[in-house]
Amino acid sequence: MRVGQVVNTLLLREFVSAFFLAMRYFFSPKPTVNYPFEKGPVSPRFRGEHALRRYPNGEERCIACKLCEAICPAQAITIEAGPRQNDGTRRTVRYDIDMVKCIYCGFCQEACPVDAIVEGPNFEFATETREELYFNKERLLANGDRWERELASNLAADAPYR
Amino acid sequence: MANIKVDGQLVEVPDYYTLMQAAEAAGAEIPRFCYHDRLSVAGNCRMCLVEVKGGPPKPQASCAMSVKDLRPGPNGEPPEMFTNTPMVKKAREGVMEFLLINHPLDCPICDQGGECDLQDQAMAYGVSGSRFFENKRAVEDKYMGPLIKTSMNRCIHCTRCVRFTTEVAGISELGLLGRGEDAEITPYLERALTSELQGNVIDLCPVGALTSKPYAFHARPWELSKTESIDVMDAVGSAVRVDARGREVMRVLPRVNEAINEEWISDKTRFHWDGLKTQRLDRPYVRKNGRLQSTTWDEAFATVAARIKQAGNRVGAIAGDLSAVEEMYALKGLLASIGSGMTDVRPAMSGIDPSMPRSAYLFNPTIAGIEEADAILIIGANPRREAAVLNARIRKTWRAKGIPVAVIGEQADLTYPYEYLGAGFETLADLAAGNGAFANTLANAQRPLIIVGEGAVSHASLGKQAGRDTIALAAKLASGANVAEGWNGFALLHNAASRVGGLDIGFVPHNGGVCSADQIAMAGRGELDVLILLGADEYDTSAMGNAFVVYIGSHGDKGANRADVILPGATYTEKSGTYVNTEGRVQVTTRAVFPPGDAKEDWAIIRALSGVIGQPLPYNSLSQLRSAIYAEFPHLARIDQITPGSVGDLATLAGAAIKTQSAPYKSRVSDFYLSNPIARASAVMAECAAMASGMRQAAE
Repeated sequence: MRVGQVVNTLLLREFVSAFFLAMRYFFSPKPTVNYPFEKGPVSPRFRGEHALRRYPNGEERCIACKLCEAICPAQAITIEAGPRQNDGTRRTVRYDIDMVKCIYCGFCQEACPVDAIVEGPNFEFATETREELYFNKERLLANGDRWERELASNLAADAPYR
Repeated sequence: MANIKVDGQLVEVPDYYTLMQAAEAAGAEIPRFCYHDRLSVAGNCRMCLVEVKGGPPKPQASCAMSVKDLRPGPNGEPPEMFTNTPMVKKAREGVMEFLLINHPLDCPICDQGGECDLQDQAMAYGVSGSRFFENKRAVEDKYMGPLIKTSMNRCIHCTRCVRFTTEVAGISELGLLGRGEDAEITPYLERALTSELQGNVIDLCPVGALTSKPYAFHARPWELSKTESIDVMDAVGSAVRVDARGREVMRVLPRVNEAINEEWISDKTRFHWDGLKTQRLDRPYVRKNGRLQSTTWDEAFATVAARIKQAGNRVGAIAGDLSAVEEMYALKGLLASIGSGMTDVRPAMSGIDPSMPRSAYLFNPTIAGIEEADAILIIGANPRREAAVLNARIRKTWRAKGIPVAVIGEQADLTYPYEYLGAGFETLADLAAGNGAFANTLANAQRPLIIVGEGAVSHASLGKQAGRDTIALAAKLASGANVAEGWNGFALLHNAASRVGGLDIGFVPHNGGVCSADQIAMAGRGELDVLILLGADEYDTSAMGNAFVVYIGSHGDKGANRADVILPGATYTEKSGTYVNTEGRVQVTTRAVFPPGDAKEDWAIIRALSGVIGQPLPYNSLSQLRSAIYAEFPHLARIDQITPGSVGDLATLAGAAIKTQSAPYKSRVSDFYLSNPIARASAVMAECAAMASGMRQAAE
């Protein structure tokens, strides 16, 4: 026991092993991403910022069924509905999500019968004021337009498991 | 009585019961679409199939088979029915699958979603998947007027709407055309329905084929807060449920009250709710330099108080059609404190005298009692316009018993046949003298029902005597020699929810006061300085001269237009108010939402005003006010009950001397849809009224 300790000390064993450990990590690829210029992978099921989608012809998908409003456990969604002026179809007049209340559970997108409200891959929507986190219909539709490609591919990727 | 075993449990039921009723008596639940308690049996949805022992060896429609159709067993055992066997389960699943074949999958955009019989029963009795991959059938939507929205793809052909309109509403404007896949419910001519009860088909429709057009897409049933209340659109006082979301009333639905409205309500009751949000008085106003300007409560009160103090006891008060007992009592107290007895709740030139007993102004036989009548005489009323639900009850009685009905007054389509006797007072006098065939019918009747309309007792042109004499003659007709013991057939049909309550608490001229018409005339002559209109809009505001007019009410209508000070009040959905219906039944509304803006409950306004005048009324809360009312008028404490008038009073009434020679009767409700300030503020009611008047013009 004592002899072994003496040998280790004389041969600087701990020093050498630590040196090689350091060298191994020094030359191995870095796991740290250079955020915000680099980003890690995001699952297709990731539940980030909400968006309201449109059909390819530009028609908004949401039909104001209010199921998302009903299921929302944080009661973050407020919808007012009515017949649309030009064709009398059922549409929302107002679709608000209070992103401060939202707990990102994803129930709204589960409840949606037409895949209109979805939680997209975006998580970078921090704001300076609370008011900016009260999303209205315009903002949500704009989100949908901006993220449509990712949203569609995520839904397609997850579709076989539903 | 017959014995039957339901799922092994022996029950004894009347032998005319259907299997479905027997099952309900035994507590077994049976799904159904086409069957409805108050409509004839159709037996076409097949959802109520059950298995029977003692009848055909196949599933039986329990709504259409009666208990006596089943045979007892060989040893006299009672027949059996089963509601939970594999055969029943399979039958229900099969029927549900057939029903869903052509039912679109549009629950998310359907207004019935969340309160849909088909949705619920598909969950409870259906199968989880579909085996149907072909195209569904498509049916063109029909036009049924401004109240009913159709989506005929969803129709499952239960024919409840057809049966309701034909049987209860009495219009033959809906039908089922075609067979099999081509079957369609149709209003035949793509024209608006002409019934005042058409809105009920929305409730009856078990799916979303017929939905409410004004309410379309606005709310879901699960987000509405439901408040049970009482309707004030007419004097019937139908039981309703007010559904509100946030601060808005979203719709009004009927509640079941067998004694009053069964489960129907009129279209005015159902669709006036958009009027609760428009034309509202939400701030106090004071007229300055000829223009109404919004102001604070303090200034408004100070202005009114100054004028009332100046006027001494030259102050009058008229209560309108929608006033609750509480505010009328408070206003009466306020006027009493300044020594004035000039209060009136009656329409101009009413023959109802304050000295008359309570029987003289009640619908004594009660609304449910209509069904016991064996002859009906309608005097100066158009019950279809004045009380549509009550008219449905008369039609029900006529359908059940074929009783003779006669009308004196205006001729109109009442949805049941009647004998037209004449236009006015002379016909009534003639009838009371015993002339004519109908006089015989009435004299032989054991339960004659004499419905006297408000139009027959309030003659603006002829004065009060004509009304008083009409009451006397009607009382005479109601007290024939053969009348059954305890039956009081004299029935006054009021037009306004406030009327009986006001008469009960004596909101009539007393202590030297004069009636509403005289008050206005005095105001015109400058003998009355201040006139308080408590939601009174049905009076001649142009004749009020230079009197200082204070309007306490909820809507900017005729009264508010003339007012010098407006004190904004609450509607019946925004306060708890006591109303007494035309039968004398005491009922209370419940607050569903809060009054808009600065508006307050009417009794609180009057209480606050009394404080500013320096004669504070002795109550500070609604409960204290109610205790004061109950102490003075104990019968008002008996909620949902009728304190009947005495039968003996009829003889007193009938004994009055008759002076009037000639007076034609005219219903006071000329337009069903626009009879009060709330309905007049409603866009839906305006559309209906325009459509109805257009139809009348087209017919003429």
